[in-house]
Amino acid sequence: MTDLLAARAQMAMSLAFHIIFAAVGIAMPLLMVIAEGLWLKTREEVYLTLAKQWAKGTAIMFAVGAVSGTVLSFELGLLWPNFMAYAGPIIGMPFSLEGFAFFLEAIFLGLYLYGWDRIPKLAHWFAGMMVLLGGTFSGIFVVTANAWMNTPTGFSIVDGKVTNVDPIAAMLNPSSFSQALHMTIAAFLAVGFAVAGIHAYFLRRDPDNLFHRRAFTIALSVGAVFALLQPISGDISAKRVAKYQPIKLAAMEAQWETERGAPLRIGGIPDEDAEETRYALEIPKALSFLAHFDFDAEIMGLKEVPREDRPPVTIVHFAFQIMVACGIVLITVGIIGGWLAWKHKSLPTQRWYLRFVTFCTPLGFIAIEAGWTVTEVGRQPWVIYNIMRTADAVTPMPNLVVPFVSFTVLYIFLSIIVFILMRRHIFQSPRL
Amino acid sequence: MLPLELCIAGVMLISLIIYMLTGGADFGGGIWDLFATGPRAKSQRALITQAIAPIWEANHVWLIVIVVLLFVAFPVAFAAISTALHIPLTLMLIGIVLRGSAFVFRTYDVQSDTTHRRWSRVFAVASAITPVMLGITLGAVASGTMHVDIESGQVDTNFISAWFAPFPFAIGFFTLTLCALLAAVYLTLETDDSALQEDFRRRALIAAVSVGAMAGLSFILSADGAPTIRRGLGNAPWSIPFHILTGAVALWAIWTIWNRQFRLARILVPIQVTLIVFGWGLAQYPYLVTPDLTFSNTAAPDAVLRPILIVLGVGGVLLVPAFWYLYAVFKGTARKKRQTEEEIGT
Ligand code: HDD
Ligand code: HEM
Ligand code: HEM
Repeated sequence: MTDLLAARAQMAMSLAFHIIFAAVGIAMPLLMVIAEGLWLKTREEVYLTLAKQWAKGTAIMFAVGAVSGTVLSFELGLLWPNFMAYAGPIIGMPFSLEGFAFFLEAIFLGLYLYGWDRIPKLAHWFAGMMVLLGGTFSGIFVVTANAWMNTPTGFSIVDGKVTNVDPIAAMLNPSSFSQALHMTIAAFLAVGFAVAGIHAYFLRRDPDNLFHRRAFTIALSVGAVFALLQPISGDISAKRVAKYQPIKLAAMEAQWETERGAPLRIGGIPDEDAEETRYALEIPKALSFLAHFDFDAEIMGLKEVPREDRPPVTIVHFAFQIMVACGIVLITVGIIGGWLAWKHKSLPTQRWYLRFVTFCTPLGFIAIEAGWTVTEVGRQPWVIYNIMRTADAVTPMPNLVVPFVSFTVLYIFLSIIVFILMRRHIFQSPRL
Repeated sequence: MLPLELCIAGVMLISLIIYMLTGGADFGGGIWDLFATGPRAKSQRALITQAIAPIWEANHVWLIVIVVLLFVAFPVAFAAISTALHIPLTLMLIGIVLRGSAFVFRTYDVQSDTTHRRWSRVFAVASAITPVMLGITLGAVASGTMHVDIESGQVDTNFISAWFAPFPFAIGFFTLTLCALLAAVYLTLETDDSALQEDFRRRALIAAVSVGAMAGLSFILSADGAPTIRRGLGNAPWSIPFHILTGAVALWAIWTIWNRQFRLARILVPIQVTLIVFGWGLAQYPYLVTPDLTFSNTAAPDAVLRPILIVLGVGGVLLVPAFWYLYAVFKGTARKKRQTEEEIGT
C-alpha cells in the first residue's frame, strides 16, 4: 500500500464513520423536539417517555460523533498538510462558524440530556431546539467547505501564490447551496426511516403498543416528507455538477463519448480499459434533459480528458446508482405509507407494510455513504478541483499504513460496541 | 492597533487557557478515576462521573477552536506542526476517542461491576495519556528543533527527534499534573460528604506539590531543551515579577487547600494555571514555532483575519450567556445547597 493510498483510505474511512453519527446528531434532535412538543401540548405521558428514550440512545451517538469529528479536524493536517497550508485561510470561514455551531450544540446538549429535572419544561424544550439548530448548522458549514473543494472560488493565483482571498465568496461558492441542502435533507430522511424501521419491527410483534405507534408516526412522517424533497434537491445537485464538473457527471453516468441527446443509463458495467459501458438499460436523451433541461444538449464524455485526469469510473458510477436506487425505494415507501394512512384513516400498520419499512432501516445511510463516494471519488484526481492534485497534498510522513490500520481497528471496535449498546437499548424500550 | 494576527493569537491563548481550566480538569477527573483507592473508591468514581458528564462535550470544543484558528490564521505553522508531530498528535487523538467513548459506554452499558470497571480503566488510562501528548506537542513547538523553510513551507523533520526528547516529555507530565490539580480542587466542592472531600483534599495537595516539582524540572531542562523560551522566561524585564507572582499564588493555593478553604482554592488554582500558560505564551512571543516561524511571518492575509475576528467577537458575545447557563444549572447547585445548609446550621 503506498502512503498516498493509505492516506486516502484513512480519510475515507474516518469520514464514512463520522458521517453516520453526524447525521444522527443533525436529525435525532428534530424527532426529540417533536415528541417533547407533543407532550407539552397534549400532556400524554407516552410522548415524554419517547423523548427521554430517544435522548438516551442519542447520547451515545453524540459522544462518538464528537470524538470522531475531532479526529477529522486534526487529520486534515496530519494527512494533507500541503492542502491545508494552501486552503486553510480560504475555507477558514465555514470552519470557524462551525466551531460556534459545535459550542451551541454541545452546551445545549448537556442541558438537554442532564437537565430534565433541573430546568423549566419550556427551557428544556428550547434547549432541544438549540441542539437541532447547532447540529444542522454544523453540517451546513462543513459541507460548504467541501463544496469549495468541488468548485473553488474566492481567491486568485498570481505567480503560483494565492492572493485576493475573499472568505465569504469562498464559502458561498457555486456548490454550497445544492450540497448543503442535499446533505441536510439526507440526514433527516435517513434517520427518519431508520428510526421508523426499528419501531416498525416492534409493531409487527406488538401492534397495539402505544409507545411504538407514536414513535413510528413521528419518524415515518419526518422520513416521508424529506424523501419527497430529496429528488428535487438531487436534481439541483446534478445540474450543478453538469455545469461545473462535467467529467464527474460523465463518470456518474459512465458516459465515454461526448454526444448530443445523451441517454440515461440504468445499471451497466463500465470497462475502463475498453472505454465503454456494457449491459446498461439506456433511456434515450434522458441524461441531456436531466442535466440541462434540453433533450439535445451536449454531454461531455470521459474521453475528453487524458486517462490520468479521470476519476475511477466504476466506483463513481455504481455509487451513484446505489444512491438513486435507495432514494427511489424510500420515496415509494413514503408514498405508500401516506396513501394507506389516507385510505384507512389510521396508522399504516399492515404487516406487509411494516415488514417493508423494517427492510428500509439502513437504506438512507447506505445512500449517504454512496452519495459521498460519488462526490469525493468523482473529484479525483483532484483534492481542489482543477487546482491541486490529491497526490501533491499528502504528508511526507512515511509508514502511513500504521495509523490507517490503527484507526480502522479502533473504529471497528467502536462500531461493534455502539451496535451492541444500541441493540440493548432498543430492546429495553418500554412495552406500554 | 495590535496587528490582526496577534489578536487571533490572543484568542488562541485564551482558548487554550479555558481549555486547560475546563477540559483539562475533565482529563484530571479521569486521572483520579485511575487512582481511585481506599474504601470510598466507588463513590470517588461516581462523583467524578457526575461532575463531568453534562459539561465535557462543551469543554472539549475549545480544543477544536484552537485547531481551527491555527489552520485559518497560521496555515504554514499548522502544516509544519501536524507533519513533524504526527506521532504524538495521533496518540493524542486515539486518547481523545477512547476517553470520550469509554465515558459514555460506561454510563450506558450494563451496570455490572466488571463491565463498569473495564470501561473505567479505558476512560482513566486515556484521560492520562491525552494531556501528556498535548503537553509533548506544546513542548516540542517551544523547543526550537523544528526547522521550517518559510518560502516553501516544508519542515525539516525525521518525525521523531522534535518531540522525543526530555524537554517535551517534561512539559507533557507538567500538563498532566496541572490537570490533576485542577480536577482535585474542583472535586472538593462537588460533594457534601466530608470524607470524600478529605480524599480530594489529599489528592489536591499531592498534585500541587507535583506541579511544583514538574515546573522546576521543566525550567531546568529548558536550558538545553528550549533555549529561546528560556531566554524569554529568564531575562525579559517582566519575567522576575511574573515568576514571583506565579510562585506566590501557587504557595497561597497550597495553603488554602491545607486549611480546607476550598472555595478560595477553587479561585486560586485556576489563577495559578492561567499564569503558567500565559507566561509560556509571553515567553514564546514572537515565535509561533521556534525558531523559524513567527506570528507575523506565518499569518494569513488581513482579508482573511478580519472577518474571522468579527465572527469571533459576535460569536463570543452569544456564547457567554449560553455557557453561563450551563454552568449555573450544573455547577451552581452543589454549592448553593451547601450554603443553605450552612445558613440553617446543619
Ligand atoms: C439519504 C440519502 C440520499 C438520497 C436518497 C439521495 N442522495 Fe444524492 N447525495 C447524498 C445523499 C442522498 C449525500 C450523501 O448527502 C450527497 C454527497 C454530497 C452531497 O452534497 O450530498 C449526495 C450527492 C449527490 C450528487 C453529487 C453532488 C456532488 O458531486 O457534489 C448528486 C448529483 C445527487 N446526490 C443526486 C441525487 C439524486 C438525483 C437522487 C434521487 C433520488 C439522490 N441524490 C438521492
Ligand atoms: C458532510 C460531512 C459532515 C457533516 C454533515 C458533519 C456534521 C457534524 C455534526 C452534525 C456534528 C455534531 C453531531 C455529533 O456530535 O454527533 C459533528 C461533529 C463534529 N464534526 Fe462533523 N460533519 C461532517 C464532516 C466533518 C469534517 C470533514 C470535520 C473536520 C474537518 C468534522 C469535524 C467535526 C468535529 C470536530 C465535531 C465535534 C464537535 C463537538 O465536539 O461537539 N466533521 N459533525
Ligand atoms: C462525511 C461525509 C464524507 C464522506 C463519507 C467522504 C468520503 C471521502 C472519500 C471516500 C474520500 C477518498 C476519495 C479518494 O481518495 O478516492 C475522501 C477524501 C477527502 N475528503 Fe471527503 N467525504 C466526506 C465529507 C468531506 C468533507 C465535509 C470534507 C471537507 C471539509 C472532506 C474532505 C476530504 C479530503 C481533504 C479528502 C482527501 C483528499 C482526496 O482524496 O481528494 N470530505 N472523502
